[in-house]
Amino acid sequence: MSPPRAPPRLAVFKLASCDGCQLTLLDCENELLEVTRHLEIADFREASSAVIEGPYDVALVEGSVTTEEDRRRIQEIRASSSNLVTIGACATAGGIQALRNFADVEEFRRNIYPSPEYIRVLATSTPVRDHVPVDVELRGCPISKHQLLELISALLTHRAPDLPHDSVCVECKRRGNVCVLVARGTPCLGPVTQAGCGAVCPAFDRGCYGCFGPQGTPNAPSMTHRLHELGMSRAEVSRVFRTFNAASPEFRRASEGEEREGESA
Amino acid sequence: MPLPSAGPPWVLDRKDLGLLLASLRSSGYRVIGPRVRDGAILYDEVKEEGELPIGWRDRQEAGTYRLQRSEDLRVFDFHLGPQGWKPYLFPPHHLLWTARKDGGTFRVESGATTDGGPLAFLGVRACELAALRVSERVFEGGVPDPTFRDRRATLLIVAVECSSSAPTCFCPSMRTGPEVTQGFDIVLRELFSPWGHRFLIEAGTDRGRELLQPLPLRAAAEEDLADLEAQRHRVREGIHRALPVEEARGVILANLEHPRWEEVGRRCLACANCTMVCPTCFCSTTEEVPSLSGEETQRYRRWDSCFGLGFTQLHASSVRSSIPSRYRQWMSHKLATWWDQFGSSGCVGCGRCITWCPVGIDLTEEFAALRTKAASTGSRAGGVPA
Ligand code: SF4
Ligand code: SF4
Ligand code: SF4
Ligand code: SF4
Repeated sequence: MSPPRAPPRLAVFKLASCDGCQLTLLDCENELLEVTRHLEIADFREASSAVIEGPYDVALVEGSVTTEEDRRRIQEIRASSSNLVTIGACATAGGIQALRNFADVEEFRRNIYPSPEYIRVLATSTPVRDHVPVDVELRGCPISKHQLLELISALLTHRAPDLPHDSVCVECKRRGNVCVLVARGTPCLGPVTQAGCGAVCPAFDRGCYGCFGPQGTPNAPSMTHRLHELGMSRAEVSRVFRTFNAASPEFRRASEGEEREGESA
Repeated sequence: MPLPSAGPPWVLDRKDLGLLLASLRSSGYRVIGPRVRDGAILYDEVKEEGELPIGWRDRQEAGTYRLQRSEDLRVFDFHLGPQGWKPYLFPPHHLLWTARKDGGTFRVESGATTDGGPLAFLGVRACELAALRVSERVFEGGVPDPTFRDRRATLLIVAVECSSSAPTCFCPSMRTGPEVTQGFDIVLRELFSPWGHRFLIEAGTDRGRELLQPLPLRAAAEEDLADLEAQRHRVREGIHRALPVEEARGVILANLEHPRWEEVGRRCLACANCTMVCPTCFCSTTEEVPSLSGEETQRYRRWDSCFGLGFTQLHASSVRSSIPSRYRQWMSHKLATWWDQFGSSGCVGCGRCITWCPVGIDLTEEFAALRTKAASTGSRAGGVPA
């Protein structure tokens, strides 16, 4: 990231998303006051309607590109921000709304909405990275407060943030969880998913849902094979890869492969 | 099978086991031992005898672990659990030091190396004792690691000799077990036969001998020793996996280019579970947590693994970007280059990496495939057809 001037000016923007990721900034509670001491929060409409015009040192962008309007706005945001940080599964992978990428949007539009002429959307939901260069990505649905603070701290000290591409299993083991896949036969996406959440789900006896998207070198074919051994059908495996990060390349290939194999079987 | 030479064998009746625990605790030790938790038997603080996994056992295979009720009320009738003693000597995430700005300079304050008083490990198996010796060379062989050193210095070891084996065990071929012969303060050998339910108990150090003082012991009789011999025989008979320690280094170094690495790389998830559960893997990275004000920073150490993409990150990219290259790194370090680095094998044959690999990759099987020169292209349970 390029070094900011002092105090750096931060803005928060949203495209197609649920607002949960930007809420993480408000969730910083104890640290929030300290954050505002070192950063000028120039535009953050979830917190305040007072807006300071750009340019900004850092823009946190939540949400995916799903409309022509989003496409235009992301260009403007990029042009007015020295550092563009995408936050959450929507901005980094297209989000749950990228399920449309596997279906016919025109068909929904006609069949579901009483006045389809008001619905103007693109055929796909895409991550911000597909449209403009992105400096840093914070994964997750929602993002981790810990990683957000790490990012802010890195920005203030002009260093690269510590955002490992390890698997969730690494955090799971550090936390001392008993592996639910091995000890209970519970399907878990931890081995192919990027760390960041702190392995919350396995700590509560659930398999990982893959909120943080693919890890650095995900081996989805081997994971898929194991999920079948644990009793999941091709349709079920296809579904577990189609959640918040359905459109990330590795998860998309896995779900499409399962769908194809399922049809030809 | 010869009996251990040190000390006369004594017998502690099963009903008096609680007195040993009480003796440890009243001597100021925090006792860490096996407990049932979250569908497994793992090491945690034990305060009362009733917390031990009495009447529990496990069923293990590559990639599978299941906790089960056993037919009898043996206390140590189970095998290695999901994690060893490593986190107690080499914590997974640990504050090393804090630095604070102080006028024109800064002050550094070390983090605590220990976590309260001295620990007593209850239930350390032969392979785990071997792993501890390996870890001592790693952490204390050169510049000692203060955390490991301070925790190890006050550690008391109550070993338990295995009275059965898991299908994933291969300690005999690694020459690390199953009999407990060294490295303990006290060792227990649980016997369960028509002659009764009791423990052969032996002290290996003066500290151990003192702790045995208050216990009601009797000298071992012929039938006790006969039971032990029969049990040892059964345990060895039950171990089928093997990885000959004498051959390991040579075979690996002669096969650094072998199609098997690509093949296992197609199955390996690069999830790092094998390194996290391995009792000798010691890799860590540091983590800097500065306060937002820039007045203070904390440095932590956290477990790392050669299976991560970031492990060999140099400037813009990773040296070992492919999964086969990382599997080869792990296996060649454990079995071959560890000899050059530390003068021993890095593997002790505990089998934890086999059970806790989500896709059941088995290093004994990978080793066998490398040893038979012919390229293997087949797949097995847990594998992905090419
Ligand atoms: S529970 Fe899931 S995330 Fe945790 S180690 Fe097992 S496979 Fe990995
Ligand atoms: S490599 Fe596997 S079998 Fe060998 S010591 Fe490590 S966990 Fe145990
Ligand atoms: S095998 Fe990997 S994680 Fe284990 S000690 Fe060697 S380099 Fe470190
Ligand atoms: S060998 Fe198994 S446990 Fe180790 S990284 Fe590969 S898949 Fe994970």
